[in-house]
Amino acid sequence: MSTLIQTLNVTKAYEKFVALRDVSFEVREGEFISIVGPNGAGKTTLVNVLTGLLKPTSGQVRFKDQDAAGIGPVRLAQLGMARAFQLVHIFPALTVGETIAVAVASQLGRSRRLFASLAGDAGIQKRVRTVAEIFGLERKLDAESRLLSQGEKKLLDIASAFALRPEVILLDEPTSGVSTGDKHSIMQVLVAAARQAGVKAIILVEHDMDLVAEYSSRIVALQEGRVLADLPPAAFFNDPAIVAAIVGKRTTH
Amino acid sequence: MRSHLLVLLLLAVLALLPQVAGQYHLTLMIPFFAYGIALLGFNLLFGYTGLLSFGHALFVGIGAYAAAAITSKLGLRSFELILVASAVGAFLVAIPVGLLSVRYTKIFFGMLTLAFGMLFHSFLFKFYDITGGDGGMRVLRPSLLGMDLSTLDKTAFLTGPFYYYCLVLLGFAGLAMWRMVNSPFGLHLKAIRENPRKAEYLGVRVRLYRLFAFLISAMYCAMGGAILAVSTGLADPELAYWTHSGNLVFMVVLGGFANFLGPIVGAFSFIFLQDQLMSLTQYWRFFLGATLALIVILFPRGLMGLLQDLGGRFRAAEAPAPQRISHELGTERVNP
Repeated sequence: MSTLIQTLNVTKAYEKFVALRDVSFEVREGEFISIVGPNGAGKTTLVNVLTGLLKPTSGQVRFKDQDAAGIGPVRLAQLGMARAFQLVHIFPALTVGETIAVAVASQLGRSRRLFASLAGDAGIQKRVRTVAEIFGLERKLDAESRLLSQGEKKLLDIASAFALRPEVILLDEPTSGVSTGDKHSIMQVLVAAARQAGVKAIILVEHDMDLVAEYSSRIVALQEGRVLADLPPAAFFNDPAIVAAIVGKRTTH
Repeated sequence: MRSHLLVLLLLAVLALLPQVAGQYHLTLMIPFFAYGIALLGFNLLFGYTGLLSFGHALFVGIGAYAAAAITSKLGLRSFELILVASAVGAFLVAIPVGLLSVRYTKIFFGMLTLAFGMLFHSFLFKFYDITGGDGGMRVLRPSLLGMDLSTLDKTAFLTGPFYYYCLVLLGFAGLAMWRMVNSPFGLHLKAIRENPRKAEYLGVRVRLYRLFAFLISAMYCAMGGAILAVSTGLADPELAYWTHSGNLVFMVVLGGFANFLGPIVGAFSFIFLQDQLMSLTQYWRFFLGATLALIVILFPRGLMGLLQDLGGRFRAAEAPAPQRISHELGTERVNP
């Protein structure tokens, strides 16, 4: 299986504070990688480095064999990586259909059609409908995003990222702020959607170790900016020292 | 469909107006057409992209001075040439101004555009040999579609051929803008207004699209400026002064920037309100300011917002009760 993302000795320092130290790992085709770690371990910094938002102080970030260090979200979206945010990012006054259409139009390269009708673009509208159906939002296509429930906003945020037809999708705590009962159903929709959309790899940043245990094919644990462990779930949860460091006193499994 | 019919009806009324309205009011319609076109462009930047410029009088000025330079310096009379030259001139100036300005948003964008506007005004004011300084530059009667109309007296020209010419121009400018705001391009602008960070992650090149909106708005403003200058026969530095930029903002807020027709309604209301107030009192500026304050406080969505609310109340009174309640609560209706 080919490597999609690779970081090599990535270090990111802010003045004197070092957020990431020598982080190296790979994401290969077909994998579901969870990034875990206590608060302040460097997860957000890593995500921002992976999505090209931050340029590492040293080290390499490669996406599909191209240098992706600090290339920015737009270029990365074009290359095939999408990101859904921890805090819900929506376009409040746009409808569900319009929100998804933003991604579809940009992915199809139709953003510069100044005088073409968006509503009359069958290609865009068909894909908008398909994406909405996958996420169970097809009945809300004409609803303004700000009027959706919190869970629906989350789904819409993720749906618009999927509408880019990414090869890799990065989910930054997709279930934060969602009730425990809804977490699993959201994750199930996500994984099913990823399969349907032909997503080759998923990166999940998550606090909830139940979700991590259930869905991951590999777990990358960060502690104080370093990679503490890079293991399959079985090995990860069987190592009491690692579990204690990452999960804390709470014992699972 | 209903809104399409309404627009067609309005255009028909405007087309028939010269048959019924007096000459004085018809001459006021020319600045209305001019501001209507300018503000359609201005609102692509403000209402749709979320960038409030306090310097767009600069581009109105470019249109006016293009009309002056072509007619009185180059001796050419074609108004079509004037329109093209205005748009091209505004486009070329808007590239550097826009590139520098769209790096910022909100108040910083506003202040930067204000600064560029003032820079241009002082250029017009100081370079007397080129621009005529505070006296401005004369704009001679242009020909329309190759027709020489210099034998008509001024009022006959403005209320006759030029009236219809500007009406058609507003129609085309409106149609082009309508298509733009309903295109994938327009959707990207709205996405940028709503959440630029999110838009970026969906592959939208935020700065580039802000620049596109800036360029288009500049061209619309310049065409409006050319019409204004023809109607007065003068390219006046006041047209590029910052208070004039403020008037553009005033008109859009008055009409309602959240609505496509808001700028047009704003231009119309502003011109006739100003005219009425000026004939009533010398303190018309005070009353104009008070009007704006009241509009912002009472109807933040402008006159179009007010009209929509009235229309909505009217329709809601007809609609069955349950739907009305769900609408008022902001909860969505479930499809049957």
